[in-house]
Amino acid sequence: MTAKHALLGAAAALALAPAAFAERGSDGQVNIIYWQGPSTMNPYLSGGIKELEAASLSLEPLARYDPDGNMVPFLAESVPTLENGGVSEDLKSVTWKIKPGLLWSDGTPVTSADVRFTWQYCTADGGGCSQSEKYNDVADVETPDELTAIVRFSVPKPYPYGPFVGNQAPILQAAQFADCLGAKAPGCTDANFMPVGTGPFIVTDFRPNDVIALKANEHYRDPEKPAFATVNFKGGGDAMAAGRSVLETGEYDFAWNLQLAPEVLDQMAAAGKGEVEVAFGTLVERIMVNFTDPDPKWGERRATADHPHPFLTDKAVRKALSMAIDRDLLTEIGYGQAGRTTCNVLAAPEIYASEANEGCLVQDIEGAKALLDQAGWVPGPDGVRQKDGMRLSMLFQSSTNAVRQDFQALIKQWWSEIGVESELRNVDSSVFFGGDPGSPDTFQKFYADVEMYANSFDGTDPEAYMANWICEEAPRPETQWQGNNMPRYCNEAYDGLVAEMAKTGKMDERIALAKEMNDILMQDYVMLPLVHRGRVSARATSLGGFVMNAWDSELWNAADWYRVK
Amino acid sequence: MFTYTIRRLLIAIPTLLVISLIIFLVVTLAPSDPTANLPLSIPSEVRAQMREALGLNEPILVRYLLWLRQFFLYEPLHMLDQAFGLSLAGEDMQRILSWQTRSPVADLIVQRLPQTLWVVGTSYVVGVLIALPIGIVSAYRQYSWFDQIGTFVSMVGFSVPTFFTGVLLIVIFSVHLGWFPSIYDTTLRVTDLSTFWLQIKQMIMPVAVLALYNAAQISRFMRASMLDNLNQDYVRTARAKGMTERVVVLLHVLRNSMIPVVTVIALGVPTVFGGAIITEQVFKVNGIGQLLIIAIQGGDVPTVQTLTFIFAVLIVLFNLIADVLYGLLDPRIRYD
Repeated sequence: MTAKHALLGAAAALALAPAAFAERGSDGQVNIIYWQGPSTMNPYLSGGIKELEAASLSLEPLARYDPDGNMVPFLAESVPTLENGGVSEDLKSVTWKIKPGLLWSDGTPVTSADVRFTWQYCTADGGGCSQSEKYNDVADVETPDELTAIVRFSVPKPYPYGPFVGNQAPILQAAQFADCLGAKAPGCTDANFMPVGTGPFIVTDFRPNDVIALKANEHYRDPEKPAFATVNFKGGGDAMAAGRSVLETGEYDFAWNLQLAPEVLDQMAAAGKGEVEVAFGTLVERIMVNFTDPDPKWGERRATADHPHPFLTDKAVRKALSMAIDRDLLTEIGYGQAGRTTCNVLAAPEIYASEANEGCLVQDIEGAKALLDQAGWVPGPDGVRQKDGMRLSMLFQSSTNAVRQDFQALIKQWWSEIGVESELRNVDSSVFFGGDPGSPDTFQKFYADVEMYANSFDGTDPEAYMANWICEEAPRPETQWQGNNMPRYCNEAYDGLVAEMAKTGKMDERIALAKEMNDILMQDYVMLPLVHRGRVSARATSLGGFVMNAWDSELWNAADWYRVK
Repeated sequence: MFTYTIRRLLIAIPTLLVISLIIFLVVTLAPSDPTANLPLSIPSEVRAQMREALGLNEPILVRYLLWLRQFFLYEPLHMLDQAFGLSLAGEDMQRILSWQTRSPVADLIVQRLPQTLWVVGTSYVVGVLIALPIGIVSAYRQYSWFDQIGTFVSMVGFSVPTFFTGVLLIVIFSVHLGWFPSIYDTTLRVTDLSTFWLQIKQMIMPVAVLALYNAAQISRFMRASMLDNLNQDYVRTARAKGMTERVVVLLHVLRNSMIPVVTVIALGVPTVFGGAIITEQVFKVNGIGQLLIIAIQGGDVPTVQTLTFIFAVLIVLFNLIADVLYGLLDPRIRYD
């Protein structure tokens, strides 16, 4: 899919090459609608995807990811690697060279001091920087000269592209944010709303959650770009209305994140005013299996490793649950072209996707029944299977969302066919995903037997993501119920692989390790992947140069956009 | 009258304090988290730091008292500073900041108020202007075809939700006919005739939807109240004195019938400032109503708290205004 996109993009670029040589600002206004309006232009203060995307029009990192997930230099001259000597042999430092002659939108030069400052800004005490994870283990950022920044890590970093790479970690101008460190960060409203940037557009008027007006950056590095003079970036409404404004009324050129029923989207696209754009990142909808007993009788220690789950610790049961699911049907009903079936929790990038688990693609109710029979789970008088007085009866929770409730109902039906009873429950997403340790309804507490949600990781490197399922990551009272290992899975061999990946620098070895970890999780049925979900957006036919990107901001190449005449 | 007004205003102070405490407790104790809507790739330690930076770790009482001080002391000082270019507010006088935008809530409200007043306010005025004549005529000619149609239209306006009528209008007039924009442009400045026309075009649909709803409600009150009065003895007396029907209906009956209707209209005014959550969402007007709903969804306690408290103040205030208007309309009512 990504390859196809790259081809399409390249083809579009070639076919319309003459238009791309237009002068800066010759194509008037481009209208963008995000049905969730951005609330700030400073990605370090929000962390929300809508803010990251809006900010990407003005603020740029040293390197971004292209639609294939490869790094492309933006402010940097090239991407430092072990091969070109940019990354040191001990994996503890990385040297970035900034393109010479770069200017901020206020006309001052971009220097390595800005790079260093960005690191200080995000790691300052009391700032609550939402991307501080990206700057983990950075010991220092040295600036030997104006155009060189050396990032020094306190530990070896086999994948040193956390800081200053991708949508989440753009460079801020030191001069503008100098007085906004730490607790003072939120007070700098002007800087947060109208950052001086290096990107193709700069903010002229910012109305939080409503509308952003931007104009072409006159100091942008390519004198012919951007083709558009102004951007009208509207927020608000709902996905349906946003889709309609591009695909049906043609009022807008680009609408982001159209998670709509597949048939609704097709119907809108039939009007012929625009096209639906899909790209696949790392987002996978999955069911997590609880390895611990959530029974309230255990009090404080419920859903912790102290009390193993009475029947979900039986691999046969987990496997039967997976076999009973028809992933094709779920994908078709819930996501249409915006989803594809998957049997891997690490479904992308392509190079990391394992092919060892494809068996899950075919629903096998009879096989599941036979498997449960073999394991000694026999149907009781009410049709629910039981063994030693223990009934296969579960609580299945998820967040409130139309598609998820459809999925829950379908899966409940399939599970009842194999003799597993399930009770459905949905929790408002702000509670479910909220980290409140006082609430019994969070996905970390997992006071249920199985739960369904989607997760993904930033960038293209799965190291941190795969480390989610080590023993230590299990949420429990000692960690205030924080942690990413929702199944409370604990496997020494798996933990060993995670530790090994943390010190492996060679790409092919990293790929092998990631695949192996994915296969352990899948073949142990720790989680049941359902759908690999894509990003869906809509683009007007008259907007040229657009290339959908799931690895970075969808507006990553706004500088290349133009009006098809 | 004057002492009565003063007395009511003084009673309002403890009432509002209690209201503010209740709002604060409800909003704060509700299980929501301002970091809940962030991508799951942001780890929980970072979320904890973000919550700490928002001041969520302070005890509830401290947060409440801080908010009171900000609302009643710091914000007015900042407002005076802005209005008259003074510098009364000290450096450490932190304004009420929204958790989502990290900018002062008061600025957000000032930014949102124009479109809300334009759209919701106009629709209210239009609604009242339609409702009063319909109510009067419907009552005067009870059970006539005009009354039947009026009843039907108000039933429709009353029972069909705005999210349906709104989308219906968009599908007809934006998608099929292409007459009006489906998305409201809040940046539009009315400077000449053509921009004024644009403003009218983008206001027609939301105003129509809301006006229908308002008119439905008020016309029913007007009709019922007129019917109560039309059969009174003083109406017969007026007619017996030889007054024209015009004078009887429009001077005698109408003035007396307006008393309950004025209450309804006055109590409806605060809802104008509250915006129209659904209609604003449907037409992307992004006024106060939309600000409130996204603040609720985002767990943005300071914004929700400040907005709902302002609504509470307005409701208390317009209750008082309605009571004072009674006295003016009906000489029999005296408060002193």
